[in-house]
Amino acid sequence: MFEIDAKDQYYRDLNDMVRAAVDKGEKEISLKNVNGQYYIATGLRGKLDLSVEGVPGNDLSAFMDGPTVTISANAQDNIANTMNAGKIIIHGNAGDVLGYGMRGGKLHIRGDVGYRVGIHMKGVKRQSPTIIAGGTAGDFFGEYMAGGVLILLGLDSPENSSIVGDYLGTGMHGGAIYIRGPVEQKYCGAEVGVIDTDAEDKKVLEKLLKEYCADLNLDYDSVMSRPFKKLIPVSSRPYGNLYAY
Amino acid sequence: MDHNFQKDIAGCGLTGLISKKRERVSGSIIAKSLTLMNDRGNGLGAGYAAYGIYPDFADFYAFHIMYDVQSARFSVEEYIKEHFHVEKVEEIPTTPVKEIAINPLLVRYFISPSKGSITGDGNGEDFVVNAIMKINSEIDGAYVFSSGKNMGAFKGVGNPSVIAEFFRLDEYEGHIWTGHTRFPTNTPGWWGGAHPFTLLDWSIVHNGEISSYGINKRYLEMFGYKLALLTDTEVVAYLFDLLIRRHGLDVATACTILAAPFWKDIEDLDADEKEAITALRQTYSSALLNGPFSLLFGHQNGLVGINDRIKLRPLVAATKDDMVYMASEESAIRAICPAPDTVWAPRAGEPVIVELEN
Amino acid sequence: MFKSQAPPEYRATIDTDKCIRCKRCIQNCGWSVYDWGGDRVQIETSKCVRCLRCYHYCPTEAIEILKEETRFKENGYWSYNHIRNIKRQAETGGIPLTGMGCDREGTILFDHLMLDACQVTNPSIDPLREPMELKTFLGKKPSKLEFTKGKDGKRKLATKMPPNLELAAPIIFSPMSYGSISLNAQKVLARTAKECGILMNTGEGGLHEDLKPYTSNIIVQVASGRFGVNPEYLNAGVAVEIKIGQGAKPGIGGHLPGEKIPLEVAKARMIPVGTDALSPAPQHDIYSIEDLRQLIYAIKETTNYKPVSVKIATVHNVAAIASGIVRAGADIVYLDGFRGGTGAAPGIIRDHLGIPIEHALAAVDDRLRQEGIRNEASIVAAGGIRSAADAAKAIALGADCVAIGTAALMTMGCTLCGKCYTGNCSWGITTQRPELTVRLDPEVYAVRLSNLIRAWVHELMEVLGALGVNAIESLRGSRERLRGVGLDAQTLDMLGVKPAGR
Repeated sequence: MFEIDAKDQYYRDLNDMVRAAVDKGEKEISLKNVNGQYYIATGLRGKLDLSVEGVPGNDLSAFMDGPTVTISANAQDNIANTMNAGKIIIHGNAGDVLGYGMRGGKLHIRGDVGYRVGIHMKGVKRQSPTIIAGGTAGDFFGEYMAGGVLILLGLDSPENSSIVGDYLGTGMHGGAIYIRGPVEQKYCGAEVGVIDTDAEDKKVLEKLLKEYCADLNLDYDSVMSRPFKKLIPVSSRPYGNLYAY
Repeated sequence: MDHNFQKDIAGCGLTGLISKKRERVSGSIIAKSLTLMNDRGNGLGAGYAAYGIYPDFADFYAFHIMYDVQSARFSVEEYIKEHFHVEKVEEIPTTPVKEIAINPLLVRYFISPSKGSITGDGNGEDFVVNAIMKINSEIDGAYVFSSGKNMGAFKGVGNPSVIAEFFRLDEYEGHIWTGHTRFPTNTPGWWGGAHPFTLLDWSIVHNGEISSYGINKRYLEMFGYKLALLTDTEVVAYLFDLLIRRHGLDVATACTILAAPFWKDIEDLDADEKEAITALRQTYSSALLNGPFSLLFGHQNGLVGINDRIKLRPLVAATKDDMVYMASEESAIRAICPAPDTVWAPRAGEPVIVELEN
Repeated sequence: MFKSQAPPEYRATIDTDKCIRCKRCIQNCGWSVYDWGGDRVQIETSKCVRCLRCYHYCPTEAIEILKEETRFKENGYWSYNHIRNIKRQAETGGIPLTGMGCDREGTILFDHLMLDACQVTNPSIDPLREPMELKTFLGKKPSKLEFTKGKDGKRKLATKMPPNLELAAPIIFSPMSYGSISLNAQKVLARTAKECGILMNTGEGGLHEDLKPYTSNIIVQVASGRFGVNPEYLNAGVAVEIKIGQGAKPGIGGHLPGEKIPLEVAKARMIPVGTDALSPAPQHDIYSIEDLRQLIYAIKETTNYKPVSVKIATVHNVAAIASGIVRAGADIVYLDGFRGGTGAAPGIIRDHLGIPIEHALAAVDDRLRQEGIRNEASIVAAGGIRSAADAAKAIALGADCVAIGTAALMTMGCTLCGKCYTGNCSWGITTQRPELTVRLDPEVYAVRLSNLIRAWVHELMEVLGALGVNAIESLRGSRERLRGVGLDAQTLDMLGVKPAGR
């Protein structure tokens, strides 16, 4: 384990140190005393474990392509921006606009997440992103979603309480959103259909949530103790008649 | 930014000399050289700059100010007294000549910034420059036409011999002299429009029209210079001030910027020079002087002659013992130095840099 | 079928005496205007967009495309388009869509600006036989340089220079994505950029495998859809551009429908075949200027500090916005005027939002100078650059270089028919239909586009020569070399240009 003390370091210097360690071949790096430094793990590529003690700054793991990043505390906004591959595990809460344009990899958050989470996620067959949040989410969850899987668990919320905000999946044209709890159609985007999960979905959830529970020391069975709703795009061309030619 | 200006256009002839050993030379010598080139001007402007002429007041800024109206003198002196210690004030001695019917009031001040006035670079030069900018741009009818230490400019509307006689040039002795005769095409006959143009210790005499004036002006404005005169020469003086005094570049590097080598030639340089000149051209592209020019740049430590990078204006140089001469025409040198040791025409864009010996 | 109350715009005609029944018109028309009627060509004129592909390939000049004379009654206030749009909207309830830049008449400032020339007091320069330099660098420049003296007394640069993009001429290609144009069209741009020492820009469509040999002449773009963006992509080109807006459609996003996403487009964009490609109106990680700074530096961190360009549409407060962009760390500010082209934009947006590039450019250059940060970023002027004259005037107003899109497409056959959004471009430019794109041979058309760039380079040199300067930087921002004709005092003041005669 290669340790770097981030105390009072400006992000450019801190990230230079991280990149230098990666270039030297370090595979396990621990950042101590992090507080607010932007761009940690941004643009990093390859196999690598990076653990962060403290609250990392915005744009954590933007464009990241491979590493696993573990955050012991809360994290801020714009995590996993246009991320390509790898995994981020956050033991606390996280902020707004998570996984914007995310194309691959996993973002596992134990706590609540903010507005516009999983916005414009997309994926192709072999490369497909997943975001799982253990708490609640704000509005515009999964806006413009084009691919991948978004899961919201509401682990700390009472049964049958609403755990997600308004404009859910608005602009969604691909991928799937699973909500562990009730979903009202009036809070969904016009192009979103709400359906019950089937056996195929169970397999998807099992695979993804087992890994999530293992990462965050949660009991898989209790996570699965409530029913999930599935949201999918019901029209691939919701605005097809918008234009006159 | 004022864009609604009328630019001053003029042709000219120029001459200069320097004694590297600081032997002082009478102003009548440079006047003789310049007078030979009378036909390069049209009698509507001539002037001289001299270094080493005020040894008794060498520590003071010598402000030469011309006043079109008496009231401007009151305003200026009020301003100067408020911000400067005034060592001496006197009217610049002149001799009436029949060719000059009207002349502005010409006064010189030996001054230093009063304590507590100075902010900025600490040695007071920025403060003095700001004061000059303020007087020239804000006080109507007053114009500071010389402001260096132990140096001065003498200029006006008239041909070279008239101006020399008017200012009693033969009574001054200096170790660097420059002179300039002018062919303005649209001047209203303003005395301030004549060369040399000076700022602090810099003085410029210049021949030719700078075709890149528009961008050179806007570039300088970005650094706070106010271009009141609308002449190319003013631009050159301020560029030297910016590059040498404010950016700390040496004279040779400043010349590389003003008459930059061509890209194709930069390609062939060694790695360090290629890197340096590429960076200079990138960074100082708006300071490139483009179009025809030859100019003499006088400063406290020497004299520089340079012409444009495709040699659209003439420049001849010569040496004799410790003296170096530069002029628009060889004959202007031979008029005062009949048998020089060497005579040559500097190549396009290659500066002749002469420094005083310690 | 319900017959539209809007009469066709054009009338395609074939002179049956001249027609040799070769059927080339049928093959060439991407809009299916022509069909074989057994003994002669049948014409469905309502489909005609007057792209002139058929005319060009008719061996006997039998085809004439005329303006349809059956029109609404002429009206000085209600234009043809006003009436036609209302009819179409009544029939569909839709937003009229347009392609290419705003085609409305109105004051075109470039046409009211005249360049200077030397006479007597300073000499003009022979641009063919004497040196004439157009080399241009895009990127941040330090405000001053520092040197050290080596032991040999030679100067050595001490200042670390920020990375700059070197252009052989102050012209680049504007961003046009694979998807909005065909891969062959992008290849024409890429080949020409390499050939001419300039740059092309991927637009927001990813980088197709076939463009990889040209990456040293490519700027890669990141926009709100993040299509094709990963670390490899960001590092592939010489610079990264963040697209905030486009002159033809400021403030709105883009939408490439699923049917225009065949396999190759999908691969470049890294999305599944046949899914919609939505570019949201804003970038959802930029809701404020500090967010832009955050993205700029996220990209710089990922690319080891390559230059970052930020492209905006020129809107009312463009000067303040550009200043913010520069202070946010951009190396290049790309200004796209309201005349700029597009593959598809609602007519109301294209024709009524934003301001002309001439105004914007003057305002931005002034503002950056007033704030003393003009050296911090280069300015690219785009949005309706029609000729080398426009380019010279834009440079004199303050641009470091211009970007051209529409003009480049014209060398590939584009006739400004303005129907790019249909995906039927008969010239193979704004279509993904393989039978149409195959018409655009990159090798052949790269020669034509290179010719255009060479011609403009010569024209710029002629202008510089007439101006008596031999380096483009002596024209850049030199508004003293412009005069306005027929412009009001306020406009002149805004442009920082004197009226002709003064």
